[in-house]
Amino acid sequence: MIELKGLTKIFKQNGQEIVALSDVSLHVPRGQIFGILGQSGAGKSTLIRCVNLLERPTAGEVWVDGREITRLSPRELRAARQEMGMIFQQFNLFDARTVFGNVAYPLEVAGWPRQRIWERVEELLALVGLSDKADAYPAQLSGGQKQRVGIARALAPGPKVLLSDEATSALDPDTTRSVLALLREINQRLGLTILLITHQMEVVKQVCDSVAILEGGTVVEQGGVLELIGRPGSRLRELFYEPVGDVAVRIHPEGVRVVLFFVGASADQPLISAMVRRFQVDANIVHGAVERIAGATVGRLLVELTGRPEDIQAALRFLEEQGVSPEVIPHG
Amino acid sequence: MVNLGPMMAKATWETLYMVGAAAFFTLLLGLPLGVLLVITARGGLWEKPGLNRVLGVLVNIGRSTPFVILMVAVTPLTRAIVGSSIGTTAAIVPLVVAAVPFMGRVVEQALHEVSPGLVEAALAMGSTNWQVVTKVLLAEARPSLVRGTALMLVNVVGYSAMAGAIGGGGLGDVAVKWGYARYEMDVMYVSLVILVVMVQVMQWIGDSLANRFTHK
Ligand SMILES: Nc1ncnc2c1ncn2[C@@H]1O[C@H](COP(=O)(O)OP(=O)(O)OP(=O)(O)O)[C@@H](O)[C@H]1O
Ligand SMILES: [Mg+2]
Repeated sequence: MIELKGLTKIFKQNGQEIVALSDVSLHVPRGQIFGILGQSGAGKSTLIRCVNLLERPTAGEVWVDGREITRLSPRELRAARQEMGMIFQQFNLFDARTVFGNVAYPLEVAGWPRQRIWERVEELLALVGLSDKADAYPAQLSGGQKQRVGIARALAPGPKVLLSDEATSALDPDTTRSVLALLREINQRLGLTILLITHQMEVVKQVCDSVAILEGGTVVEQGGVLELIGRPGSRLRELFYEPVGDVAVRIHPEGVRVVLFFVGASADQPLISAMVRRFQVDANIVHGAVERIAGATVGRLLVELTGRPEDIQAALRFLEEQGVSPEVIPHG
Repeated sequence: MVNLGPMMAKATWETLYMVGAAAFFTLLLGLPLGVLLVITARGGLWEKPGLNRVLGVLVNIGRSTPFVILMVAVTPLTRAIVGSSIGTTAAIVPLVVAAVPFMGRVVEQALHEVSPGLVEAALAMGSTNWQVVTKVLLAEARPSLVRGTALMLVNVVGYSAMAGAIGGGGLGDVAVKWGYARYEMDVMYVSLVILVVMVQVMQWIGDSLANRFTHK
């Protein structure tokens, strides 16, 4: 749905060149929620602003829904922008307009007749649960409500793509969860492709199907969230979990410490007890976390295995076969 | 004691006429000027650094020229537009020339207060530059614009007091002619009171309209 090819953006500032993006290529599949994860200054905002050309890339191509956005005339670009909604960290609602007026804005711009605007705005306010706030001004709303208005406004013209620039970063955790749930609902109900940027792993965990990790203006990794978490040594897994040494103390000095990752089906089976029953080993769970990510169960366990070395080796092979990619942590 | 009534009424009317007409044309020219100052600036909607610099210099010249001098300096322009350089109507031209640069800056400042994020959101929704200016910049800045307009009116009232120098008449002229030249202090005080009331009313209307438009 969105394809970035060799995107480079260089800012010139008092004679200095700042490379915000360098040769970024990305593919956002239709109907997905695609996250771009990166720290402050990684180039996330620059990247998402290049998609609707609020920022002109220095080099590279932007394709949305089969059209090369970077080649459109100003008029065509405005039409294309009406097919891409955008929501912002600071909401960017029009203070002088009511909630109704805000949601109506993109429809006025697109030249819809009054009656249809009226119906459409009502429909969207119902979708985001703010029908009773139509006549309120943004200053009278909470942050979560403001972002819901932002979402309704972005969805009003019926876009194919929603761009979200840190839409939940100004919200508290509970509100963040409910806004993310709304995005997920919209994604499923309307089949909308969502490109969202964030510096919060929580956001990736809760709603993203796929993710690209942006560091210093380059994509260091991209793929399905579950696939990347399941892949030993992936950057996402590294960012996702604290280093084992930091979270667990050693109980049996002679035990073999093994980190196990469960993704999807393997997490739903009682693997540890099966292993203990089948092999002459004892397993001590030192640390563990199991979460739901992208609709699947994902877990990391740190276990200490004790027993005869050959039994432990056999147990490890068994775990390997079960697809939990055990990583033995060397002593020391 | 002269018959104050008719004379004061005439002077009040002259002042209202000069100020009203001058304010009308000042808004007509000052609004676009302020908008241009904002959108042609670096990083603006319609970047035109050359035009921006020229406008900036013109505005600064207008702003730094004392009104008494300006009044004389624009005489050729006044004659070209009004047909005469003397009289109440003729006084409107220098008033406008003096007030437009001021209004331009007021509008510029008001539009600068609108968060760039709103412009960005409007562009992201496919707005044309014209739509951004009319539906976002001017609409969002309305409270500041109204306050700025009141300020401009008060300024024009002040300038209009000097219009007597070119036969413009008005309350300021009466106050100077009768109070200063003939020591008719009553006439001067009455003129002064009417001027003060005028300014108060303008300020009050400006403030209450601005408050009505504020939703922050
Ligand atoms: N208009 C600009 N002019 C000059 N440099 C810029 C401009 N916009 C961004 N940059 C620079 O480009 C780099 C990437 O900025 P960007 O805003 O894309 O980062 P980000 O990942 O969104 O960060 P944050 O999480 O803090 O919002 C930064 O070094 C920033 O200083
Ligand atoms: Mg950013």
